[in-house]
Amino acid sequence: MKAVVRGFRGVATYLGSLMGADAYRKYLEHFTSSGHAGPAMTEREFWRDRMDRQDSNPQGRCC
Amino acid sequence: MGKVPDQTGLAEGLDPTLPAPAVDDSVREAEERKWTPAKIGLWVAISLLGAVAWFMLALVRGETVNAIWFVFAAVCTYLIGYRFYSKVIERYLLKPDDHRATPAEYKADGKDYVRTDRNVLFGHHFAAIAGAGPLVGPVIAAQMGYLPGTIWIIIGVVLAGAVQDYLVMFFSMRRGGRSLGQMAREELGVIGGTAALVATLLIMIIIVAILALVVVNALGESPWGVFSVGMTIPIALFMGVYLRFIRPGKVMEVSIIGFVLLMAAIIGGGAVAGTEWGAAFFHLDKVTIAWGIIIYGFIAAILPVWLLLAPRDYLSTFMKIGVIVMLALAIIVVRPEITVPAFSEFAGRENGPVFSGALFPFLFVTIACGALSGFHALISSGTTPKLIEKERQTRFIGYGGMLMESFVAIMALVAAISIDRGIYFAMNAPLALTGGTVESAAQWVNSLGLANVNITPDVLAQTAKDVGEESIISRSGGAPTLAVGLAHIMQQFIGGPGMMAFWYHFAIMFEALFILTAVDAGTRVARFMLQDSIGNFIPKFKEASWRPGAWLCTAIMVGAWGAVLLMGVTDPLGGINTLFPLFGIANQLLAAIALAVCLAITAKRGVFKWLWIVAAPLAFAAVVTITASFHKIFSPVPAVGYFANNQAFSKALADGKTEFGTAKTVAAMEAVVRNTMIQGVLSVIFVTLSIIVIVAALIATVRAIRAGGGQDHEDPAVPSKVYAPAGLIPTPAEKKLLAEWNALPAEKRTQKAGHH
Repeated sequence: MKAVVRGFRGVATYLGSLMGADAYRKYLEHFTSSGHAGPAMTEREFWRDRMDRQDSNPQGRCC
Repeated sequence: MGKVPDQTGLAEGLDPTLPAPAVDDSVREAEERKWTPAKIGLWVAISLLGAVAWFMLALVRGETVNAIWFVFAAVCTYLIGYRFYSKVIERYLLKPDDHRATPAEYKADGKDYVRTDRNVLFGHHFAAIAGAGPLVGPVIAAQMGYLPGTIWIIIGVVLAGAVQDYLVMFFSMRRGGRSLGQMAREELGVIGGTAALVATLLIMIIIVAILALVVVNALGESPWGVFSVGMTIPIALFMGVYLRFIRPGKVMEVSIIGFVLLMAAIIGGGAVAGTEWGAAFFHLDKVTIAWGIIIYGFIAAILPVWLLLAPRDYLSTFMKIGVIVMLALAIIVVRPEITVPAFSEFAGRENGPVFSGALFPFLFVTIACGALSGFHALISSGTTPKLIEKERQTRFIGYGGMLMESFVAIMALVAAISIDRGIYFAMNAPLALTGGTVESAAQWVNSLGLANVNITPDVLAQTAKDVGEESIISRSGGAPTLAVGLAHIMQQFIGGPGMMAFWYHFAIMFEALFILTAVDAGTRVARFMLQDSIGNFIPKFKEASWRPGAWLCTAIMVGAWGAVLLMGVTDPLGGINTLFPLFGIANQLLAAIALAVCLAITAKRGVFKWLWIVAAPLAFAAVVTITASFHKIFSPVPAVGYFANNQAFSKALADGKTEFGTAKTVAAMEAVVRNTMIQGVLSVIFVTLSIIVIVAALIATVRAIRAGGGQDHEDPAVPSKVYAPAGLIPTPAEKKLLAEWNALPAEKRTQKAGHH
């Protein structure tokens, strides 16, 4: 039973990172390790910024 | 051995306090070249299984063939291609070096350049390259029987498609994630680069237009489809608002909510289409739907990304992974028997009702995505290279990702050929041939003289009823056929015959979702390319935030693909039949352009001995597409040549005829004259531009060979300070090195090289 739950969690985590759900965590990780000055963006600010940057930098989707 | 790109200083720049950023070359070589009995046994078994599967498909001529052989033939060939051929490319041609940092490491910004786990990036890249293309092309190509398509999809991907994706991804990664257009300009000079840019832009217009045509054909006169696909718009808007204002960043949560709503929309669509008002309100003809998509395309491309595109992309990714896993499981569990012959009666003719033209070259352009797709070069350069963690992973992600798409194409083929051949032709032939009613369609199909085909009007009517549609006659474009095939297989897996209508509309829904995302993203990318080009003359246009410029360029792009779409929808000859070859030609010409750029780069790296790895698929793609274009331009057969058809109809009009061939009115005849002229001129432009690019690349290549190499435009090598294994399963040596890295304190492990 425990193994099933763990497997399910693994799939969920994988799908999550596939769709970019962990983008903010990775941003923070980068931010702290690279020693930037000033505070990091909040989660809300980060997602806004991410979406707004896509406006001027569209990514293709294939047929 | 050729010249290895500049590595001076790389060894000295490595951080002595860290473990090595790469498995030692000699250790890796020894590991790769060591053949234990178990390893030999495994590869012998894979080869044997593959050989048996190919034997069953290609040589055994029974009444039927089981679908499982398609799966075995594909998977075994992919494994062999991946293990051996891509390894050759890696070892002798690309020579990745894990001591070098990737752009995700040396340009790390936490946003666009982020080191991403290889398995996650594999899925990410796959979701970006796979869409409706591999689901549609193989279905249309099934007209010629299953074998030509199967061979091209499986062999083509190993020797051409996956090679292109891998090379483009690697070269773009070495250049900090530069796009194909930028690489073309650098390597081929102004003329070649400009021709590549214009060709890319035109090709994108054609591809978007024909993808939209597939959706229009699937939704025309289908109240259920119109309702459920239409509902994706409010669902996406809701998801966008939810992510922006209510729960930012909760991507999984909102995707699950979106998915549930989507299922509700499919089920609700059945109920709505069952009511009188619903059937009346959502029953739209194709021209209306085409206009709807054009208006939608314009609005979607100027709305902010967060509102519509991003949430729909989440839904589309979610559905893509789910559907493909489900379809693979269903085919393995159900193992349908295939009655379609290996080569059909149309394999040796050039006037097939589904698409026109002879097997060579038209089969090879009809199946583009899944075997060789130029569009991938646009995805493989740009986004994915900015996320790669280690150089050696490009083989897994680039080559492996494309093999996965090819597998999707094989499953689509299996789903489409699992239905009765009579139904297949009734669904895929133009209205002008089938007549539109079950009686006329059945009569026409039976008159084709196909072996073992004897369809009754009742069967056609019953199939339509099973899938919850008024009619399935002349639903060309591939999507509805695949949906019937998928419904047929899935109901045996889950739900039984009562679920067929649900599965049919589920399939239509996800195809429409993929296509609308591609239409929207394609319009945006094309708009930026146009803005950038105009910006060379009027600088103001380069400002992405300048609204009038953005709107004007969006309108031009939507207008262009919209015009081609309307032309296809109203075409008396049946839009798919005449336009689909143009789609394939456009896509393969883009592949030829991408491979030509790769050829020039490879030659400049000085690896002449292995140049054939790039030259062979380039030669094939060039020959296929140029021959196909020449057929379309010069063929005297009206069914094949655009200008021949144009002349035939012009002459008929001049003779005062009021109907000719499948065009029953003077207006229809005039439409044919107009359409064939546009299609012909487009073909001429495409092929001319592509020949310019290929010639420019050949000149650059010959120069490089004479000079013993050339200038490389790679970013300077930066020593890497991170490590990750190359493939899905780490080898013992990789595991050992990984353990050393994992033993480091956390702050040292996540250290980013080259940052301050």
